[in-house]
Formats: sequence, C-alpha cells, structure tokens
Amino acid sequence: MTITTLGRLAGKQPIGAALVAPYVVFLLAVFAYPLGFAVYISFHDYFFAAPGADVSRPFVGFDNYVTVLSDPAVRRAFGNVVVFLVINVPLTVILSLVLANALNAAVRWRTFFRVSYYVPYVSASVAVVGVWLFLFNSNGLVNSVLGPLAPSPSWLVNSGLAMPTVAIYVTWKQLGFFILLYLAALQNVSADLYEAAEMDGANRLQRFRNVTVPGVRPATTLVVLVSTVTGANLFTEPYLLTGGGGPDGASASPVLIMYQRGIEQGNPDVGSAIGVLLIIGVLLLALVERRIVGRDED
Amino acid sequence: MRRTITAAALVVALAAITACGNGDTGSSGATARGPITVWYSNNAEEVAWGKQMVAAWNAGHPDQKVTAQEIPTGKSSEEVIGAAITAGNAPCLIFNTSPASVSQFQKQGGLVALDDFPDGKSYVEDRSGDVAQQYKSPDGKYYQLPWKANPVMIFYNKKAFAKAGIDTAKPPLSTYDEFLATSRKLVSSKAAKFAIYPAPSNEFYQSWFDFYPLYAAETGGKQLVENGHATFASDQGTEVARFWRTLYAGKLASQEKYTGDSFVDGTAAMAIVGPWAIATYQGKIDWGVVPVPTSTGKSLAETYTFSDAKNVAMYSACANRGTAWDVLKFATGKDQDGKFLAATGQIPLRKDVTTEFAGYFAKNPDYRVFADQASRTVGVPNVPNSITIWQTFRDAYSRSVIFGRQDPAQALGAAAQKVDQLVSRP
Repeated sequence: MTITTLGRLAGKQPIGAALVAPYVVFLLAVFAYPLGFAVYISFHDYFFAAPGADVSRPFVGFDNYVTVLSDPAVRRAFGNVVVFLVINVPLTVILSLVLANALNAAVRWRTFFRVSYYVPYVSASVAVVGVWLFLFNSNGLVNSVLGPLAPSPSWLVNSGLAMPTVAIYVTWKQLGFFILLYLAALQNVSADLYEAAEMDGANRLQRFRNVTVPGVRPATTLVVLVSTVTGANLFTEPYLLTGGGGPDGASASPVLIMYQRGIEQGNPDVGSAIGVLLIIGVLLLALVERRIVGRDED
Repeated sequence: MRRTITAAALVVALAAITACGNGDTGSSGATARGPITVWYSNNAEEVAWGKQMVAAWNAGHPDQKVTAQEIPTGKSSEEVIGAAITAGNAPCLIFNTSPASVSQFQKQGGLVALDDFPDGKSYVEDRSGDVAQQYKSPDGKYYQLPWKANPVMIFYNKKAFAKAGIDTAKPPLSTYDEFLATSRKLVSSKAAKFAIYPAPSNEFYQSWFDFYPLYAAETGGKQLVENGHATFASDQGTEVARFWRTLYAGKLASQEKYTGDSFVDGTAAMAIVGPWAIATYQGKIDWGVVPVPTSTGKSLAETYTFSDAKNVAMYSACANRGTAWDVLKFATGKDQDGKFLAATGQIPLRKDVTTEFAGYFAKNPDYRVFADQASRTVGVPNVPNSITIWQTFRDAYSRSVIFGRQDPAQALGAAAQKVDQLVSRP
C-alpha cells in the first residue's frame, strides 16, 4: 500500500480517520466477523469440538434453516416476539414521550422523578424480576387489588397474558433510557415555536401535538428502532419471569430458543440459523419502521 | 442485539482458540505424570471435602501437584464445561460432571475413555457394581465414573401433616390414591397452600424431579430411553403423567414458578428431593421421608427412583493423564468416599455402601434410608442428543401435565416419536 493510497483512505482529515480506526477494528472483530462466522455455521453441520478433535463439519446447504422453519417451537417464538413488539414499541414511544414532556416542564421533584424512572433500567434484571413475580403471581398484589377481576390462570401462567405481561414489564424497565433520549431531544425544540403556538391560541394538547411531536421526530425514529432491536433480542425476561418461556412456550422468544438449541443442546448450527433469520427479520422490520416513522426527516 | 453480539463474539473467541489449540485427544498421555488441575462443585460442603482431598493427595505427591478450584461461575456448569472443552483449557478432572451432558462432551471430543487405562473398566465396575452399566456410552466404554447419588424421595413436613390430622409416623403416601387423598387433606385443611411444589418451569432437567422418579418407581427401574427407543409412551408413563396432572388440575401443586424453597417456607407440605437438601432443612423443618408413590404402593425395598447422580470425568485437554487417573482413584477410594459422605450427606455410588459405612449410618440414621434407596436408582440415559431429548420430553410434559393443554397420552406419544429420531441421530 503506497503513501498515496493511505492518504486517499485517510481523506482530508487523517486525524479523524485515526480516531475512528479503533472503532472500525472493534466493529470488524466484534460485529462483522462473528456475523459472517454465524452465517457460515448455519450452512454447515457444525458443533463445537475440542482442539485437535477429529470431527467432520460438512456443508449442508439450507438443512439447518429447514430444521428451524419446520420447528413449531421456533415458529411460535417468532410469533411471540411479534406480539411483544406490537405491545412494547408503541407503548415505549408513547409513555416515554409523554413522561419526558412532563419531566421537561418546570415541576417540583423533577430530578427525583427522573431518577425514579431511570432506576429500573440500571437495576439487575434478576432482582427486579423477583419483584414482578411477587406482584403478578396468583396471590400477588395485582390480583389482590383486582379481586374477582383477576385472570385465571394468573398472568404469568396464562398463555394469552404471559407475553403481554412480559412486554409491559420490559416497557417499564427500559422506560428510563428512552425518557432520557426524549429529554435530550426536547432541549432542541425551540421555545419560540411554543410561544408562537401559544400566541396563536393553541392549548397544551395542541402544542404537544403540533410542536413537540414533530420536533422530536428524529428521537422517535431512534426510539422505535432501538426498542425494536432490543425487543427482538428478548431473553432474560421470559427466561426468568416465566420459567424458561412458559406456559407451554407462550412467552418463548427466538433468542431463548436459540440459546436452548445452540448452547444447551449443543447445536450451534441450528442456533445460528435462528440468529440469521432473526437478524433478517429485524432488518426488514427496521426498514419498514424507518420508512414510516422517519419519512418526514429527509 | 447486545446479547446476540455477545454470543457471536463468544463463538468467534472459541473458534479462534480452537484453531490455535494443539490438544491431544488420543490415549498417548495415559501414563504421563505431573501436575494437574481439577474442578469441583461450588456448594460449601463439597468445597470443604475437595480441599481436604487435594491437600491429602498433595502431601504425598509433591511431584504431581493437584491444583483445584470450584467450577467457574456460569449459567450452568455444563455450559462452562462445554466452553472449556472447546477452548482446550478444561481441567483434567471435573467432580460434578452431569451424566446428561456426557454424550455431548464425548461428541465434542472432550472426554477421555476411562477404558484407556488398563484397570479403568474394572475399577469402575468393581466400585459401583451393576449401577455402573447405566453410565456406559453407546460405544461400550466408560467416559464417566459414577461418583455420587442423591436418590430422590418424598420429604414431608411433620408439623403440616399433624395440623391436617395425618399420621406423621406412617403417612398415607404410598399409592397414587393415598397420595392424592393426603394432598387434598393438606390443602383443604390449610396446613399448607400446596401439597407439593416441583418446579413447573420448562428447563430440560426439571422432569428429573417430578415425572422421572415416579416413572422409575412405576416401571421397576426403566430409563427414559432404552435400546434406542423412548420407553415413556406406555401405560405406566401415562399413569404417572395423569397422577401429576391430577395434582396440578386440583391445585395441589402449583403451575407458577416459586422463588425460594417452597418446602422450607412452608408453602408446600412435601418436597421431592435428594439427601443433599437435608443440610438446608436443619433446624427449620421437622421432616420425615418416604419413597416416591406408585400406583400399587410398592415397599421401599422394591421402589426405584431417580439417582440425581453426578460423576467424575477426565477431559481430553489433560496432559498428565496417568496422574489424573491416580487422583481419580484416590478421590473415589473408600477412605475419601467416607469423608465425602460425612461432609455432604450425599451417597457415594459404591456397591454395599450401607455396610461399607455402617458406622456413619448408625450415627446418622436419617441418611440410612437414602443409602438403601441408592442401590435402586436410574440415571439419565447415556444416549446421543441427551439434552435435546429431555427438552423434547419437558415440552410435552409441560404442555399436557402442568398446563393441561393436551391429553398426556397423546403428548407423550408424540414426544416419544421425536425422541426415537433423536436417539438414532449421531
């Protein structure tokens, strides 16, 4: 590689290129190579073996994908995650925007509330799950309050309610992070716009709808994409909250099944095929979301 | 995405290490001697035993030093061991190898056949007797030494039973009908919220503590898979499943995950567990123990149960296998087995354990019944795809028995077909 080529690669800002280089290396090592390797694994009869072990890992074409797509548990897990996203993403956007807007207003105890919403996000899932188990088991606080209106079977063992309960739990747990994103975005909405709207006679709701919502659209796009990506990678919550994806797989997620097949059962080829399908699914979904939510940004 | 990326990074790291490794999976190191490493379980009693065992060995063998540590913390010891095999840094011996994982570890090329040692086969069979046969791999070799058992039995809370007006010396728990009637009495009298509370969650191993002990008892010691075929889609399997279904349907057992120990907390009047738990009940519960129930009510002397065994395996990354084999024999000899029994209350998988350690059992009569039961146990079948098989079974059991969404006979039949396919797949 000549100095000229290096210079061309570095562009007009070689210091910038030097600063970016470590992250590029990181991306290649931690994102690109593993992804490529996962795709490779998914097309082979692959399993982890001891160094020097004489094992065969033949190319098997789409066999692992056929195995995955013909597995009812996997299909159900993908269906479950769609249910999760349909509940989680809109709820996350609406709640975090409304709460951020409220927290942004000059109210007393603002810092206290901000911290309160952020604490669940930084708390260990295992600890918080314990609290939710206490709240949502059949004798929990929620059912005590609901009395005769309590569902039977109860929330986490009800095949119709288990995934929505997990979705609500995750929404609550992650809300603090998305509120922070919106709070940052709200600082960029010009106060002049609010004043102008107020002078035009707009009430609080109208100002929210016509000034705040359009003003934070880039943040909304980000919130939608991030909550979709994190939601599609759901694992800890169904594993801990519903005892490994119960009842009868009603809250199993693709990543949970990927873990079972790939790590527990020693079939990383099948696990990788699930992972590749999940990535394709998330990319397609993100593309659609980007088109819908971010259509006015360009 | 974070978790996917983390998992993918782990895959890459393991692959990179695999590419760099130069492990010797053959038997060439069978006579090599020198320092070795071993891992043992991380419960306090076993750690104490492990430390003294290693100290005793090291005192007599300064040139073949054993370095020991607890199995590194992970989601499960099986996953940690699997990763260590792939990375080529597994220790020579792991005390607490799960028999369910042996077929997988063997497929990975991670285990040393104990038959590679001239006295390997005879040592295993002489120490454990007929029980050893269950732990043979499909190729006819031993890749694990049957080490210790925790024969699963029914513990009952005498206080709760007394409150429900049930005989605490000889509680009626022998037949299914008796067990169900007693359970109904316990719950209706509010002596306990649930009669019994096995974990209703979906992990592959949970069936070892509900269905499998009763299935072993009902069938007189049948394993889940025998001669390459699932055995559970039978009248006996269905009868066991329907028994548990009745408990769940009558809310005598709970469908909900419990955080904590339901027996210690008094939420459940009974527990189905092995003698390792006795230490945790000390000073908290006045308990009694009976064999698991059967449809006809077999006596203790003819009742089988699940062994909940953990074994010792030698790993192919071990260079000094001669030393490892000697340490394995030292740690599972009569002297160390006696110390293990005294320290943990778990039953060494030796033939004639009750007579060999008669003194201990005379002083600790609570453990005597478990030692007797240990001679009639079944383990996890040593077949290919073992964990997938157990997960397939658990899914069917969970769907039909715990949540009642399918007839148990149908669910077991469909699961048996899948299991038959899995057993025949290498």
